[in-house]
Amino acid sequence: MEDQGKAYWSATLGLLGKILAVWFVFSFGTGILFVEAMNSISLGGYPLGFWFAHQGSIYIFIALIFYYGKAMGDLDRKFDVHEE
Amino acid sequence: MDLQTMTYLVVGASFALYIGIAIWARAGSTSEFYAAGGSVHPITNGMATAADWMSAASFISMAGLIANMGYGGGLFLMGWTGGYVLLAMLLAPYLRKFGKFTVPQFIGDRFYSQGASTVAVICLLTASITYIIGQMTGVGVAFSRFLGVSSDTGIYMGMAIVFAYAVFGGMKGITYTQVAQYIVLILAYTVPAVFISLQLTGNAIPQLGLGSDISGTDMALLTKLDQVVTDLGFGQYTTTTAGSKLNMFVYTMSLMIGTAGLPHVIMRFFTVAKVSDARSSAGWALIFIALLYTTAPAVGAMAKLNLHGTVNTAVGLETAADGTMKVNPEIVKARADVYATEASLVYEQRPEWMKRWEKTGLLKFEDKNGDGRIQYYNDKTKNADAQAKMDAAGWKGNELTVNADIIVLANPEIALLPNWVIALVAAGGLAAALSTAAGLLMAISAAVSHDLVKGVFVPDISEKNELLAGKIAMAVAIVISGYLGLNPPGFAAGTVALAFGIAAGSLFPAIMMGIFSKKMNKEGAMAGMLAGLFVVLFYVFAHKGIFFIKGTDFVDMIGGPNSFFGITPEAFGAIGALVNFGVAFIVDKMTKEPPPHIQAMVEAVRIPRGAKAVDGAH
Repeated sequence: MEDQGKAYWSATLGLLGKILAVWFVFSFGTGILFVEAMNSISLGGYPLGFWFAHQGSIYIFIALIFYYGKAMGDLDRKFDVHEE
Repeated sequence: MDLQTMTYLVVGASFALYIGIAIWARAGSTSEFYAAGGSVHPITNGMATAADWMSAASFISMAGLIANMGYGGGLFLMGWTGGYVLLAMLLAPYLRKFGKFTVPQFIGDRFYSQGASTVAVICLLTASITYIIGQMTGVGVAFSRFLGVSSDTGIYMGMAIVFAYAVFGGMKGITYTQVAQYIVLILAYTVPAVFISLQLTGNAIPQLGLGSDISGTDMALLTKLDQVVTDLGFGQYTTTTAGSKLNMFVYTMSLMIGTAGLPHVIMRFFTVAKVSDARSSAGWALIFIALLYTTAPAVGAMAKLNLHGTVNTAVGLETAADGTMKVNPEIVKARADVYATEASLVYEQRPEWMKRWEKTGLLKFEDKNGDGRIQYYNDKTKNADAQAKMDAAGWKGNELTVNADIIVLANPEIALLPNWVIALVAAGGLAAALSTAAGLLMAISAAVSHDLVKGVFVPDISEKNELLAGKIAMAVAIVISGYLGLNPPGFAAGTVALAFGIAAGSLFPAIMMGIFSKKMNKEGAMAGMLAGLFVVLFYVFAHKGIFFIKGTDFVDMIGGPNSFFGITPEAFGAIGALVNFGVAFIVDKMTKEPPPHIQAMVEAVRIPRGAKAVDGAH
């Protein structure tokens, strides 16, 4: 049970790390740090970097939270710690 | 029906709705009062969280800020939404599992120290009260502009309404009124945006319209906007940032961490039934928030183009026979000469909405070159080419000043939308301010009655008396915030930075370490919170004066404004958080680890199984 708990927690941290990496790349990365390079690409009438800063990052945030909710639910069941 | 009657009708109907809901959702127990009985559906909670979160600033000011800042305004969009990812993954589910009413109670229990809880209460009260002043002044402004009553009367009315549904309904009443308020405010925001997007691009969805070509041309709206504003001496819309790239980075991070650490938002996640609901509820909250936040950049950019098009015919917009704005594709394509004498609008021929807003003083015209026409441009431009053309055209300085708050409020008038839309915008602005004020009052009331009265002074208080203390605390908080709204301290604007700075620099790191660092002890956490709080206060006070008192700023002593790598005081919360984490870990290493039962508690918080209804037991 002790080991099971440790394994669950390290799986959780692994998932959080991956999601935070995507979170960082598509807001701070494409929206701020590399915005000039991204702006050389167009998305319809949007320069891509501008789109990430004003639109795209928000859509990605939403997707990340729902993905997190689903992936955590799977982890909960896999390690048998889910709510009854 | 005339506009005034229509506004009374729509705003009055929305208020009747809120009060009706409050009567239906009266709270009978402390659990209902603080956490709505822990039985709110995740989607309902998401919608209430969205209304709670989106304040008068989001509704009224943000699009105008973005219109002025261009690309750099994205820091508000990313900062105020990205925090929900942190909240959903790092805080909300674990705090829900912990199962207590308030943020200070978590900090006090986890760090087995009343001192830690008291520091958290102080941080919470400072952040919430500074935040609420802005809401109250927002209510006053909205009332006075739309209902024709004085700003003071507006604040009294706002106080009475909030009192009615927050004091009697508690969290349960607030939750369901916030749902109604969300619906009102999102309709009020998106309906005008759809009309304007249709007028300019033919696309009914503003988020797509902003990336579309202008009607009848193959020129992208943003390309045209870039052209117009650079011709007029402003920075290019799609690339301009206010400060350095580092500052934008740190500012965005501060808003994200601050968002996740604001107690009135965190508290909303105590109202759902399960840990898994807390996770999904954050996602729903962000969907409802995103509806407004992804519309705002379209509103900002299109209103900016509309405004320039109104006063300069060379932009390529013209007034149709029915008074609405209409694109003239030939002029748009030709990049007509904005400096031509006849391009500038003759002042006497200005549209009705400009006359109306001139009366409020938020729009001002001053004919500097005496030609009877309006020249609206950047007279401090660094663009030598544009400067030469302005000089050649005989322009003697910018003649039109436009308050950024007009952008959203005047939007339906600029586009000549029907009266019910204008009335709806008034109701929406009020809904945004009132819903946020109610959420903040709830956080204040819970901190005072639950964490101070019950936690510190009268531990054996009965549930009935605690409920009474909560209601009294809320009534007192309404009076104080109303007073501060009526007599706004000159520093109202500067304090919002402080609210986010405190939430980011002290509360967020403490809660996060409480969950993710099992060995973090009370010495470390308290030293961290105090250090984070101190550096934020130090930097903000250095720029804006000690407790915002004029003349007590000491910015020269720290080497001039923004001396810390060019970071502005508004953006300093993330630095405070870094200091907090650093100090906490160093102190933690030098002191003894937390007792075994606390470590066991952290392990229990980390797994969802066994989540029970929230309660207030200390």
